[in-house]
Amino acid sequence: MLQIKNLHASVEDKDILKGINLEIKAGEVHAIMGPNGAGKSTLSSIIAGNENYEVSEGEIFLDGEEISELAPEERAHKGVFLSFQYPVEIPGVSVTNFIKTAINEKRKANKQEEMPANEMLKLIREKSELLEMDRKFLSRSLNEGFSGGEKKRNEIFQMAMLEPKIAILDETDSGLDIDALRIVANGVNKLKNENNAVLVITHYQRLLDYIVPDFVHVLMDGKIVKSGDASLALELEEKGYDWIKAEIQ
Amino acid sequence: MELKEKLISSFMAFEEKIADVNTDLHEIRTSAIKNFENKGFPTKKEEAWKYTSLNAILKNDFSVFAKNENAIEFAEVKKYFLNDVDTYKVIFIDGKFSSYLSSTTHDGLDVCLMSSALTKPKYKMVIDEYFNKIASKEESLTSLNTAFSLEGAYVNIPRSKVVEKPIEIIYFSTGSEAALMTQPRNLIVVGENSHVQIVERHQSLNNNPVLTNSVTEIFAQKRAIVDYYKVQNDLQTANLIDNTYIAQKQDSHVSVHTFSFGGNITRNNLNFYHQGEHIDSTLKGITIIGDKQHVDHYTLVQHATPNCESHQNYKTILNDSATGVFNGKIFVEKEAQKTDAFQQNNNILLTDKATINAKPQLEIFADDVKCSHGCTIGQLDENAMFYMQQRGIPKKEAKALLMYAFTSEVTSSVKIPELKAKIARIIADKLGVNMGFDL
Repeated sequence: MLQIKNLHASVEDKDILKGINLEIKAGEVHAIMGPNGAGKSTLSSIIAGNENYEVSEGEIFLDGEEISELAPEERAHKGVFLSFQYPVEIPGVSVTNFIKTAINEKRKANKQEEMPANEMLKLIREKSELLEMDRKFLSRSLNEGFSGGEKKRNEIFQMAMLEPKIAILDETDSGLDIDALRIVANGVNKLKNENNAVLVITHYQRLLDYIVPDFVHVLMDGKIVKSGDASLALELEEKGYDWIKAEIQ
Repeated sequence: MELKEKLISSFMAFEEKIADVNTDLHEIRTSAIKNFENKGFPTKKEEAWKYTSLNAILKNDFSVFAKNENAIEFAEVKKYFLNDVDTYKVIFIDGKFSSYLSSTTHDGLDVCLMSSALTKPKYKMVIDEYFNKIASKEESLTSLNTAFSLEGAYVNIPRSKVVEKPIEIIYFSTGSEAALMTQPRNLIVVGENSHVQIVERHQSLNNNPVLTNSVTEIFAQKRAIVDYYKVQNDLQTANLIDNTYIAQKQDSHVSVHTFSFGGNITRNNLNFYHQGEHIDSTLKGITIIGDKQHVDHYTLVQHATPNCESHQNYKTILNDSATGVFNGKIFVEKEAQKTDAFQQNNNILLTDKATINAKPQLEIFADDVKCSHGCTIGQLDENAMFYMQQRGIPKKEAKALLMYAFTSEVTSSVKIPELKAKIARIIADKLGVNMGFDL
């Protein structure tokens, strides 16, 4: 589904990614872990098309199509979703109106009619219940005055509405208490099926107790230095990253 | 003949035509024209007009009065009105009252013509008490208006009256003159405990140049609530100098929202004077302009009494080579202890050629006050753009949404729902998007 080949990237002439190779197949859950500054968030931003980073080398394929030259919205229309670590506040635009716009822009790009209002309402009700969101929440301005947990829940709600092929969760666990974490993880697990894939970017192992990965990769200094199964995450939790550093050297 | 000379020489003929019952008015007008004669049109040499030049527009050969009574069909101008709410209407065409488009009243309150109020004996007491009492005697353009003051809206609301219907005051220009200058004069007196909502608009209907020099005096008595909205979305050939003077008594709340979306040169002189304690004044504005348009907001809040609040919030988005000015003066007199004055001015420049001149001025002579001001000039937040694009919203629409969000602190306090929706539609239109929902 998602293939990344020899990806190099920089921001303001500073090399951040130094040759990433990663293949995620439909139905899989991958996790990328690593110390601060390893390039985890850069990688997720680049997959989603953030124009502040320059891809100097390498390719990104989605279902066999090279997407690294596409605008962020074009990638979104093809099924890339990034749950932001710091979702942006947009006063004056309600959660409902924002997601309606997002869905209909996607449908427009894919040459579909706008979603009928009753269908939209039904979908919003269904997905907001999945995330245990209050009705009132939907008419509030997007992310304005939301708690950390509400923001993350709202991200996963949007993900549920948009049904992406590949969902990247960037530090979704940061700022969440245990209840919010459970709700968010439960939402992700329910949305997961054999036709989509999830990439979890995280500093801690905590979220992986709930969203169990098929593969865990360790990103250090712009490269994936080690890959393994879910047990690798536990090992990292226990021993930190220093032993891997030693292993590479 | 230069416009100044033309105006001065027209003055005598103008005065002769008016059947004043009130000899005081003659004196007011005479001393006003003298002040204008001495001072002339303001130039950039004056600090208050440093960033706004009238030179180019004064070169037009403006007619001082429209020669004919001109009519317009309601269907042609329907879109400039609020349509889903019942309103009182005081409508002018080329400076003259249009009874056909208006809907005035004397039933429990007066919503009618300034020309009646100035000339009929039964209004003399109100005119003597309020007319030209708060308007500046020094400022030359206000004096010019005072000299020629005859037509405009007259609103007098007795005490304890909640006016259910908003009042619309609209000045249309038909372009029947090659170029026309008008001097609209409004007087609004709101009695104790009374509430009123007023929408004012100036609208050209074709591209012949127009220069409107408007003066509005508003008196809010004790505990009165006045919400005043100025909609400025005029053609590129229309110029507006709006001089608004507001006097507030104890416990009154007055808000003025100014929406500046179009016109060639627009200057808003907005002045608040406090005459009692526990007064609340709100000044808010959204400016969205492009091309070579120019909007200058020049505000003054004169805190003269203790325990009063003022809140200013102006948002500006400038495209192309547009220029904006925000000059916000807060004056806190020595007696005005416990003043809470807040001023916020945020500006977004969409191009390198757009210019904003922002100048907060705080003059504080009391020692126990809370005054804060913030001013920002920036571009659109790239991170927010990326967020919206990531959700599939194309760049242009994402930009528009962000700009809408930027202005929402101002639109959110518009209390007439239809006006709010109308403003949102104008904003969406300005930003060139159709969001599929009412922003």
